[in-house]
Parts: sequence; C-alpha cells; structure tokens
Amino acid sequence: MDFEDTAGQARFRSELRRWLDLHAAAAPERRVLAPSDPDAVARHRAWQARLAEAGYAGVTWPVEHGGAGRGAAERLIVDQELEARGVAGVFDFIGVDMVGPTLMAHGTAAQLARHLRPLLRADEMWCQLFSEPGAGSDLASVRTQARLQPDGDWLVDGQKVWTTNAHHASFGIMLARSDPSVSRHRGLTMFVVPMDAAGVEVRPLRQISGEAEFNEVFLTGVRLGADSPVGTPGEGWGVALTMLGFERLIVGSGLHAARLDQLVASIAADGASRDDPVIRGRLGRVATELLALRHFNYRLLTEIEGGRVPGPEAGLAKITTVLASFAAVQLAVDAGGPEALLGDEWGHQVSALPGLRSAGGTEEILRNVIGERVLGLPPEPRLPHPVAEEMRGALRAL
Amino acid sequence: MHFALSEEQTLLRDAAVQALARRHTLRSVRDALDGTAPPSLWATATEAGWPGILSGEDAGGAGLGALEAMLVLEACGRVLADARLLGHLPAASLLERGGGDATVRTGLASGRLRAALADAMACGRRPATVIARSGGDGSLHLTGAAGQVLDAPGADVLVVCCETPGGASVAAWLRGDAAGVSVEPCPAYDASRSLGRVRLDGAAATPLDATAGDALAARHLQRALLGAESLGAAESSLHRARDHARERVAFGRPIGSYQAIKHKLVEILRRVENARSLTYYAGWAWQRRAAEFALAANAVAVSATDALDFAARETIFVLGGLGATWEHDASLYYRRAELSRRLGGGADAAADAVAEELLAAAP
Repeated sequence: MDFEDTAGQARFRSELRRWLDLHAAAAPERRVLAPSDPDAVARHRAWQARLAEAGYAGVTWPVEHGGAGRGAAERLIVDQELEARGVAGVFDFIGVDMVGPTLMAHGTAAQLARHLRPLLRADEMWCQLFSEPGAGSDLASVRTQARLQPDGDWLVDGQKVWTTNAHHASFGIMLARSDPSVSRHRGLTMFVVPMDAAGVEVRPLRQISGEAEFNEVFLTGVRLGADSPVGTPGEGWGVALTMLGFERLIVGSGLHAARLDQLVASIAADGASRDDPVIRGRLGRVATELLALRHFNYRLLTEIEGGRVPGPEAGLAKITTVLASFAAVQLAVDAGGPEALLGDEWGHQVSALPGLRSAGGTEEILRNVIGERVLGLPPEPRLPHPVAEEMRGALRAL
Repeated sequence: MHFALSEEQTLLRDAAVQALARRHTLRSVRDALDGTAPPSLWATATEAGWPGILSGEDAGGAGLGALEAMLVLEACGRVLADARLLGHLPAASLLERGGGDATVRTGLASGRLRAALADAMACGRRPATVIARSGGDGSLHLTGAAGQVLDAPGADVLVVCCETPGGASVAAWLRGDAAGVSVEPCPAYDASRSLGRVRLDGAAATPLDATAGDALAARHLQRALLGAESLGAAESSLHRARDHARERVAFGRPIGSYQAIKHKLVEILRRVENARSLTYYAGWAWQRRAAEFALAANAVAVSATDALDFAARETIFVLGGLGATWEHDASLYYRRAELSRRLGGGADAAADAVAEELLAAAP
C-alpha cells in the first residue's frame, strides 16, 4: 500500500512542477463547474492546447496519436499537480476521455488521422449524440434514422437531447438506427457528424442554474459521407458500450465531486459552525464519504495500472460521487444560510447536482447492472418479448 | 502507486479466515446469549501469532502494520469471532511506544499475557474519568473508573490512559490483579463481547513514556480495528442476504430480481467497498503518514460501523420474518452491529474526530 512515485514518475512530477512554475499563470482557475461565457471557454480551450503540447493532456494516449504514451499513474500525477495549483485541466473531457479512446478502439485509420490531434488540443471540440427524447436509460431504443443512399452516403433524420457542449462542438459522435428491419441492438450504427453540416440545428437547453451547458440537437436531412461510420454499420451498439464504459469511469473519478478542502475551509472560517456539534457530526460523515470515494478510485487506478479493465463495480464510484457531493453541498449551504444558495461557490452546485445524478447512466440503472453483474442477482423481470432476451445479453456484456 | 493488498497481505487474511472457520464461532455466540461462557479464541489467536502482530521483532513480535492487524480483525468480524484483540492490540502497541517493561512486552507479543486498554481520557465533552497522582517513587497512583472497557475481564495487563490533576494526559500500565484494581464484567447486548468496568482506587501503576498523541493513537487504532471487524461482519451479512435473494421465490421470481431488493443489496455493497477503501487508507497512513492516521482511522470507524448497522438491519428485512428469529444468524450480526457502533465513544465520536482533524488542519 503506497503512493510513492517510481523514479520515472518522480521525474515526470518534478518536470511537470517546473513546467507549471512557468505556465500556471496563464491557466484558468480550477472550478467544479464548466465555464459558460465565451471568453472563459476560449481561455480553457487555449489552456488545453498548451497542456497537449507539453504532454499533459491525453497523458495515457499513445504517442502516435499525439498523446504522451504514459500510464494511469502519470495521469493521476497530472490531476494532482493541477489541483494543487488550483488550475484547470482538460476542458473537452468528452473528447479526450471518451470520444478519443472510442475512436482508437473502433475508428478507421483515416478517422484517427483526421480527428485525434485537433481533438486533443481542443481546436475541435466534440459532443456525444446518444440520448433522445424517447431513449435515455433504454439507449438501444434510439429512433434517429440513418438511411444508406445509393451513392454510399447516409441520410440522417431525428432528434438528440441532453447533449453537453454541442454548442461548442465541431463534431459529434452519434448513435443512430441504420436498419429498422433487424432486432434493435443489431440495427444501430455509430457515426461522426460534423456539427456544421446542413440540417444540424443546436438549441440550447437552460438548466436549473439558468445556464445552458447542454442542448437539443435536431438532425433534418443531414447528409453524411460513406466514411462517417465508426466501426462496421450495424455494430454501433458495441461501440456505444465502449464509450459508456469510459463515461462511467469519468463521472465517478472524483473530477465532478464536491471538493472536501473547500467544504472544510468554509466551515472552518465560521466560528459558530466550527463549534456546532451537529455541523461537526455531519462534516465528519460527509468527509468520510468523500475520503472513501478518493481511496476507492485509487483502488480502481491500481487495477488500470496493472493492465486490468475495472468491471461494473466502478459504477459504485459514480453513485458515491453524487450522494457524497449532495451531502457536502447541503451541509455547506445549511451552515452558510439562505444567502449561500446565491453564492458562486455552493449555489451553483445546488443547481448542477440534480442533473449529474442522471449523467453517465442513472443511479437506478447502475444499481441494476451492479446487482446483476457483481452480486450475481437475477435480472429484472421483463416482458416476454424477443427483444428482452437481447437486452439482457447486452446488459451482461456491459 | 500501489493501492491494493500485497500477496503476503492476501495470504495473511486468507489464513485468518481458515483458522477461524474450524471454530464454530456463530454457535458459540448464540450459546453465549443463553448464558454459556464462550470458548476462548485466545489460543487460536496465539497459535496464529496475532497478539504480536504489531509488536517489534525485538519483543518476538511480527513487526507488521495496522493494515495487517485490520485484515485479521476483518476475518474475525466475518464469523463474529471475538479473539480479544480489540483490547490487546492497542494496549500492546501503546506499551511498546511508551517503552514499557521488556518482559511484559515479550509476554504480550507471544500471547502469554493479554492486555486491555482502559481509555479514561476526556472524549468530546465528557471529562477524564481516571486521575493519576504522583506516588513520589516514580510510580503513579490511579483513581477513578472506566466503564465498558473492551476485554478487561481477565486481562493480565491494563494500560490506562488518563489525566493528571492538572489535566495533562498520561499513560501508565499495571497488572490486572494489582492492589487497588477491580474489574467487574458488564453484561453485553452482544454476549460474545467481553466488557468490563475497571475501578482504580489509588492503584500503583508504572508510567509510560508516551505523549498525549501516543495515547490518542491507541484510541484511534482501537477504532480502526473495530471498523475493520465491522467491515468483515457487514460483508458477511451482505452475502447472507444475497444468497437468500437468489433463492427465495415470490410472485414466481427470485426476490433478488426486484429492484427494491437489488438496489438495497447494492447499497450494502457500496458501503462495504467504501469502508474497505478506508481501511487501506488507514493502513497506509499508519506506515507512511502518521499525522493522517487519526483522520483515516476515525473515518474507517464511521464508515464501517455505519455500514454494518445498515447491512445487519437491511439483511433482516430481506430475510423477512425469518431474519427476526432467534435461530437465524442474522440476529447475531444485528446484535454485533448495535453494540459495536456504540463502543469506544461510538460512531458519533469518531465522526466528530474526523471533523476535528480536518478543521484543525484547515488554514
């Protein structure tokens, strides 16, 4: 049980520290919530480009794709050092942590050559066109249609929703139904969609906070080239599962969790809260959850370092992230009083957390998957329909 | 970074599980509730070398860390084995830190002598309950009482943490049968536990060269061990509930297929894995970052005793009426849970200690 760096990791860390001494002044401040005004977004994208040039974005990406070719330990070192300086990390985490690795697993050589480098620098941002008004947890029932044309192009019609960063994105990765005649998991294809293509319309959706981080995306007669599928047409479900696996790891990684040091600082600053036994008792329990989350994630990272892919139990981290963050934010606001709801620090999180609960799979779906795959409990009762059998198989494959 | 058990640690835990599997511990726990004295597991512990797991090699101990001790306690917790280590290990550890008598240390490491920790220091708003006065000849004279002391009945050595009349922390040790000492067994809701009320009436004790921090570390170690034991019991409860949910059929399906049951069991799993993660943290802190041990150890206690409380109760609900019967083992885990979370100041005191550690370190 140790957190010691190997000699190589120690060198990597000290190089990073020296690099940050020179460049951290230009970095945007580290915040739990994404920035929304255009200037801030531009600063975050420029910072990601500098991180990428220095090998501190896409740390685990292979060198041939512009990454640093390092391991999960170096990735953690970058997160730790950036956090210690209070500076932001990668802005387009959807691109770098989800789309990039998915393209590497399933994309063509031409797709990798075209997309990965601009993605890593945030010169081109990405969004994930998965959920629809009629397909969220039950993702395999997407209805957006992609029809193969005689010239080999695809014609796309449909609607996507809850699309984070669609308003910043140059490209989207889209799950669509390419063959309605076969069973629902077989008739899906994953596509790369240029967000400036004719027929793509992005409408911002304002969230509880009043800001619009996610969007509705309407696709009307959108023409995609024959080179746009990611993976074999009809095998989009497997590509989607790859990407959902990456998504769950990110949402649970602590990146989106309330920050324990901020919580402690805000209670320590107020003498009345500091000595209040009720507040102290709650702080002790919330801190325990956040510490448990951090160390559960170190266990997962050790698995990844050892070359193993964490199983569905990794979803427990996502559940704890949401539950512990809610408890932390509630405590901070209870201690701070009604005006804390309006504050920049905690008020924003009060508004953002309810949505995070559904991001990357709802808590209920995660509990189903973990119950069945980790505890070996029997599957949900489902309608006696041929489709149900397939869904069950897919859930097991997840 | 390597945040997982080593091969040796896994072997140690598996060996502990095997050593206890032959002891029919659950039957003894139930018999104890009906008044039969539980057979001592001290011999099993001694044979396995557990009493000296933390002791230095100079005293004949294994010189291992808190993580290894927690793994043994986790194995004990699975089968509700109480091998009297919760009292012994923190007491022996403090005696070693405080430069206690070499013969006694060797006896404690081999298991020839058994120790208990009487923690009579102030805890939260409760003042110290034992006061130490100088005896003039270098000894201390202890007066006062400590209630619900784990493993005190029959202990050969008592390590007492208390205060001087001026309020300074001191630690001292004395024989369990010394003049001025009386230990009265207390009835316990979980009859497999051995609790005692220690009364000291000017009893002469040998002071230890221990700081207030050393004495608090013993308290925190005891909480970490109690947490690890609770983790083992909680996981065992989960397995019992899971097995039932797979087999039991209602409305034509195994009840584990229903979300109401499935989600509950995943919640137990989540709490168990969180507690396990914190035992690794506490084990690391003990070896490498002593200043963080208090935070980590109390977090283990909070997380694991809360997890066991939840697991034991929800398991009874999953089992239905069966779970609420005297005959079913679920009731034994429930008794263990209800008592454990109230020992050593209880889960709330541990939560307060977590808060105190964080607030004290805040800028």
